[in-house]
Amino acid sequence: MSKIERQGLTRRALLARSVAAGALVVTGAGFLAAPDAAWAMEVSVISEHQMATLLQMARDIYPHDKVADQFYAIAVKGYDAEDKKALVEEGVAALDAAAQAAGHADYVSMGWEEDRVQILQAMEDSGFFQTVRGGLVTGLYNQKDVWPIFGYEGESFSKGGYIERGFDDINWL
Amino acid sequence: MVAKFDLTDDSVVVVIGTGAGGGVLSNELAQKGVKVVALEAGGRYLPEDYINDEWESFGQLAWTDPRTTSGDWRVAKDFSGLPAWIVKAVGGTTTHWAGASIRFQEHEWKALSTYGPVEGANLLDWPIDGEEMAPWYEKAEAKLGVTRTGDRAGLPGNNNFKVFEKGAKALGYTEVHTGRMAINSADYDDRMACQQTGFCFQGCKWGAKWSAAYTDIPRGEATGNLEVRDHAHVARILHDETGKVTGVEYFDKDGNLQLQKARIVCVAGNSFESPRLLLNSASEMFPNGLANSSDQVGRNYMRHTTGSVYAVFDKPVRMWRGTTMAGIVQDEARHDPERGFVGGYELETLSLGIPFMAAFLNPGGWGRSFTTALDSYENMAGMWIVGEDMPQATNRVTLSDVKDKYGLPVANVNFSDHPNDVAMRNHAYKQGMAMYEAVGATRTFPTPPYPSTHNLGTNRMSEKPEDGVCNKWGQTHDIANLFISDGSQFTTGAAENPTLTIVALAIRQADFISREMAAGTI
Repeated sequence: MSKIERQGLTRRALLARSVAAGALVVTGAGFLAAPDAAWAMEVSVISEHQMATLLQMARDIYPHDKVADQFYAIAVKGYDAEDKKALVEEGVAALDAAAQAAGHADYVSMGWEEDRVQILQAMEDSGFFQTVRGGLVTGLYNQKDVWPIFGYEGESFSKGGYIERGFDDINWL
Repeated sequence: MVAKFDLTDDSVVVVIGTGAGGGVLSNELAQKGVKVVALEAGGRYLPEDYINDEWESFGQLAWTDPRTTSGDWRVAKDFSGLPAWIVKAVGGTTTHWAGASIRFQEHEWKALSTYGPVEGANLLDWPIDGEEMAPWYEKAEAKLGVTRTGDRAGLPGNNNFKVFEKGAKALGYTEVHTGRMAINSADYDDRMACQQTGFCFQGCKWGAKWSAAYTDIPRGEATGNLEVRDHAHVARILHDETGKVTGVEYFDKDGNLQLQKARIVCVAGNSFESPRLLLNSASEMFPNGLANSSDQVGRNYMRHTTGSVYAVFDKPVRMWRGTTMAGIVQDEARHDPERGFVGGYELETLSLGIPFMAAFLNPGGWGRSFTTALDSYENMAGMWIVGEDMPQATNRVTLSDVKDKYGLPVANVNFSDHPNDVAMRNHAYKQGMAMYEAVGATRTFPTPPYPSTHNLGTNRMSEKPEDGVCNKWGQTHDIANLFISDGSQFTTGAAENPTLTIVALAIRQADFISREMAAGTI
């Protein structure tokens, strides 16, 4: 069993987690991809471990328990690119080094969010952290499929606005 | 019917910028038979082009050309290249504005006399007052179709307003209503009534909100006296050996430098671009920039004392539904130094969608303190603070070392809060949070100011030439045929959203310019 599998981020493990969210499809034995191919753990430039770490880091920066992994994966998939490789290598190595100094195998092996957050707080001013955090503001929250999870209804002009659809329907005041 | 004027036609008035100042001025002059060439840096977008999507709309409309920032304001840290959220398009920021249209209070025209000298502030009285402005305000309100003025009814209150109103009344506030808004509550002036769509900031797709883009601009063009050139980026204003301005150099949509001759030039590029242009137009005769013998060009930059208060409740509010800013508390707008600051502030309803809430609720914030706020987005209500800030000589627009794509130095915006601004903001946060707590808020968020939309004061109006850049007509003290026609002419900021006053001043200035042209004095 590889290290990645132990971390629960193999294709199979991800499939199991994500089937619950109902968004992934199996495209072949041992392969999986999001319906729009936007999220696959097939990384070509950075390692699976690095992508798994980015995904966990994204969840730790903007933790929403109602938001499934696939949306975080979409938000960080752009780091699997040549021009991001050095940034990711250095950043993930720093996260793992800090985790090891705290007695853990690596960042993603740390069981408690608050322990991981302590590591993130210590590197809050780094270019790596700020790049990942800043990218998530649009990368995560500007996904139209995420909006309904927060109740946000998005575009309304095509539906005639809310003049007949509850602009003043508050009933608990 | 749309006019086309020759570059060598030196009988035209050139207006730079087509927003609340320049767009209105261009139309008003054209209606009086004055020939106008309006130069607009942005493109043309109409209601069918506007997008109900915050980031996509921002990409379509916002001015995102480079600017730099300095000073201790948080915007310089969190949005260092984006000091303002304003629009680069025909119609300017009247596409984006929320529509709040309230007159200055009488005493606000005379800030120095009313408040007395304030240490560190560069206060001054306007050379005009409420009585002089009253008829122009009336014309502006009719043009914009402002609700609760004339015989125009108020807008209905949305969910966000109902929470806001209940909290305000619980605190004993009495001046609470759905605002005086340039958003139709009934069909008016060929524009339809508000459909409670939200997305007021992204351009009103119904045209229910007044914008120069689809009112003054096409009406001016229909006279045959107005030519609007879009994608025209003005580089420099030229003058002759007598010191009179003679024309304007600009880069056209193909990037070619053009020279439009002019009898009169009116600058209305907003409070960053207008002083930048005057400074970039420095010459041997005017080494410190045009109209800058006072050294006041670019100084006294004001952005209103702003901030927001959001709150979450145990039940849904859905604040994004309906008119974004149709709700106001005016009780705190008075001048009452007992509160620990001079001047006053308005509280107005406000909402952002999830994408902008994530960007602006607590810029740079992360972790569960931040995300649990967004988890309750559906149960959130919001308001905006807009109060008078102190003009300070060191809060100023200067030329940056950074250059734009044409090689022109961009504007650097330096801003630091005055202690009066801080005291006012803290008072407003406390009152805003108390309003929501009175309705049962489970958590409140005193949210820092966004990149500025109210940008004022960098070419201010003054009685004496040594105190400011232009006189009571917006005519520069130094150059008789050069005018300031936007919010940069504000002597002080008052507590009110500035657009109505910019429009009233533009209507009045058009009257002055056409009269003086007829008399042959300019």
